Amino acid sequence: MNINRLTIHETKEALSKGEFSSEELVASYADRIEKVDPKVDAFLLKCLDDAKEHAKKIDSEGKTESSILSGIPYALKDNICTKDIKTTAASKMLYNFVPPYSADVYERLQNLDSIMLGKVNMDEFAMGSSTENSAFKTTKNPWDLSTVPGGSSGGSAVAVAADMAAYALGSDTGGSIRQPASLCGVVGLKPTYGLVSRYGLIAFASSLDQIGTFTKDVEDAAIVLNAIAGHDAKDSTSLNISKKDYTVNLKRGAKGLKVGILKNFNTEGVQEEVKTAMDESIAAFKDAGAEIVEVDFRYFKQALAAYYIVACAEASSNLARYDGVRYGYRAKEYTDYIDMYYKTRSEGFGSEVKRRIMLGTYALSSGYYDAYYKKGMQVRTVIINEYNKIFEQCDVLMTPTSATTAFKIGEKVDDPLQMYMSDTFTVPINIAGIPAVSIPTKLDQKGLPIGIQIVGPALGEEKILQAAWALEQSFNFRKNQPSL
Amino acid sequence: MSISNEEVTYVSKLARLRFNEEETKKMAKELGSVLDYVATLNEVDTSNIEPTEHILQVSNVFRDDVVGTPLSNQVALANAPDQENGCFKVPRVLD
Repeated sequence: MNINRLTIHETKEALSKGEFSSEELVASYADRIEKVDPKVDAFLLKCLDDAKEHAKKIDSEGKTESSILSGIPYALKDNICTKDIKTTAASKMLYNFVPPYSADVYERLQNLDSIMLGKVNMDEFAMGSSTENSAFKTTKNPWDLSTVPGGSSGGSAVAVAADMAAYALGSDTGGSIRQPASLCGVVGLKPTYGLVSRYGLIAFASSLDQIGTFTKDVEDAAIVLNAIAGHDAKDSTSLNISKKDYTVNLKRGAKGLKVGILKNFNTEGVQEEVKTAMDESIAAFKDAGAEIVEVDFRYFKQALAAYYIVACAEASSNLARYDGVRYGYRAKEYTDYIDMYYKTRSEGFGSEVKRRIMLGTYALSSGYYDAYYKKGMQVRTVIINEYNKIFEQCDVLMTPTSATTAFKIGEKVDDPLQMYMSDTFTVPINIAGIPAVSIPTKLDQKGLPIGIQIVGPALGEEKILQAAWALEQSFNFRKNQPSL
Repeated sequence: MSISNEEVTYVSKLARLRFNEEETKKMAKELGSVLDYVATLNEVDTSNIEPTEHILQVSNVFRDDVVGTPLSNQVALANAPDQENGCFKVPRVLD
């Protein structure tokens, strides 16, 4: 048995039967990381000794069955704060930052005795779609090492796709979980805004950011969501609603489900094989007894435009805190305190981060507020209304996750607008704050995974996971495996 | 839409970022092309549309006024680039 290939629920079953111990499980993951990570460069910080200690403790205290996640090893995106463990957001600005507190999600996973293997790479401050904007290293897609893993949560996607972790957490501001999940052939879930606490998530765009999961299958996504969802008084945007068990209705199948597809679906720029995967998904849903409904979404372009204004405006405000005074990087030489700010920020931030701070500062600057930021927020309302109309006609909406499969490293770095366009299908979901999951379907001719996105209304996690599980059964993507 | 080098310089001051001449030109070009794309927002009629400040209808959230445990001085300063006598140390602000 290849332990590292197992899903969370399979691992748990084997652990419970005593087929291996937590310690053996973690040792197996540690070996896999040592062997494979030098090829894909997903980890920024490995915590393998601590992970082994933690596993030993779980075994000796007989805690392997204390929770569904106890003893299960995972990786964390490096913008999620871990007390006393370095957290950098893949930025030179935070190259030495050791948080004095933990993110709510990390605390929840610690309390469940899940085992943290390390912190994984990302685009600096979660700004990017390829993980090429990391200040430290370029992560490679395990299906083809010359291509990007997507981003910004590229390290999280690769850790799971390359069997270096049973699951991983990431964050999604405009597609940063779903797009890398799609490009790496794993399941990526972005929950409804407010369902999972953002406390301890290094802020990019606060009204869009949401923590979510990378898993090997849809059932695991429900399991991890169960663990991380819930009210947190430390996040004032956290929803105070009763907890749900997302695994209960998961396997109901698609019978009677109304699945929306876009009639005005802009096929321009969408790879042929992605269109084929969409057609096959439609057929699979029909076979499973779902009803296909054509719906209209008219605002892809405007959603992307609103996203870049709103996200950059919030980023320019959030990143104003990096001034070299209280933590993180400080320039070595400066003439006075103003010069210290300039040099610290100019040396500490990478070019994409600066570009977004500039765009956001411009959009918020005197005389432009109404034309850009306010207009963006109004368009946001229009988009929310559009989705409300869609979900009067169907239970879930199905689109591709990404217009293309993984692109080459370096292919889009010099063209920010092209890079931004790769988020066309994911961005509108964050604008509306609704949940969506990407699941892998098949490989294209180059052997790269194609993801399909299932979108639901606010708090529609149960329905999108139910639909995604049904689709997963018909594709059985996990028979594929990257050769590393 | 074109953004002038002067506008880039003005905004960079607001953002406390410094660019050399070449970077300024590049930034002007890149921001211009993104703003061209952003102009598609004007295709949407938003008269009488309220802006969405927040996608959740969550209003002010208050907690009970209970004394908690703050970070200790030592912990709060642990990440400081420079410190002295239990304070963050910065260059002189007042002459």
